Amino acid sequence: MSNQIRTPLAQVRGLGASREGTSHYIRQRVSAIALLFLVPWFVISGLIAMRGGFDSAQGWLANPLNAILIVLTLGAALYHMRLGMQTVIEDYLARTSTKQVLLILSTFFTIGLFTATALSVLNIWISAS
Amino acid sequence: MASPQPTGPRPLSPHVQIWRWHATMAASIAHRVSGCALYFGSALIAALIISVAMGPDAYAAMMDFVLSIFGRIVLFGFTAALSYHFANGIRHLIWDGPGAGFSPATASFISVFNFLFAIAATLGIWAFAYYG
Repeated sequence: MSNQIRTPLAQVRGLGASREGTSHYIRQRVSAIALLFLVPWFVISGLIAMRGGFDSAQGWLANPLNAILIVLTLGAALYHMRLGMQTVIEDYLARTSTKQVLLILSTFFTIGLFTATALSVLNIWISAS
Repeated sequence: MASPQPTGPRPLSPHVQIWRWHATMAASIAHRVSGCALYFGSALIAALIISVAMGPDAYAAMMDFVLSIFGRIVLFGFTAALSYHFANGIRHLIWDGPGAGFSPATASFISVFNFLFAIAATLGIWAFAYYG
């Protein structure tokens, strides 16, 4: 007896019921691979910079290579966070309205943090040069 | 039509209260909990960077908070969550990519290893911050 409900085409496309399960899975892992390299650099480099007071922290953020890597770290981290929190929200909340409100808030929170930090880094970079 | 009669205690599915804790279970739950902690903790890291852009006064005010007892506790929790999520995240990538490490013995060993790694890495980061 076959319990196969999906058509062969749907199976090959592998999009799942919501049409985006596979892409969510891949994006979560691709951002994780990026963070695997970015996070150790960010922690060690940032720690050294923050220890030296305001001038040291400002100098760290003003260096172009640092600025690029910081924005990449924050971008990958906030993207990864947005995807991870989506899974948590979808797992624990049954009510569609609550779920959608929280997903929208999560999107606003992560994109808001990214915009604020990325523009701050850009501001420090431009004012220093 | 006869109504269904209970014939004695029915078998129950295992649930939270009678389920023995396993290292892999703890590791999985800790991965999710640490991920959620990092989600909210990232606001602190973002605030630190934004305060530098706002100038020395904002940075000093931010550092006053970060270096307070409460700030240190939050930051310690953040580094612990980061260390654990990082180590266990690598295990997830090994599970999903090469597809290795699924045998119960290996999975349990790596779970315990990840917890120990997280403790060592957290203490290492803080030792570096204070004495490095």
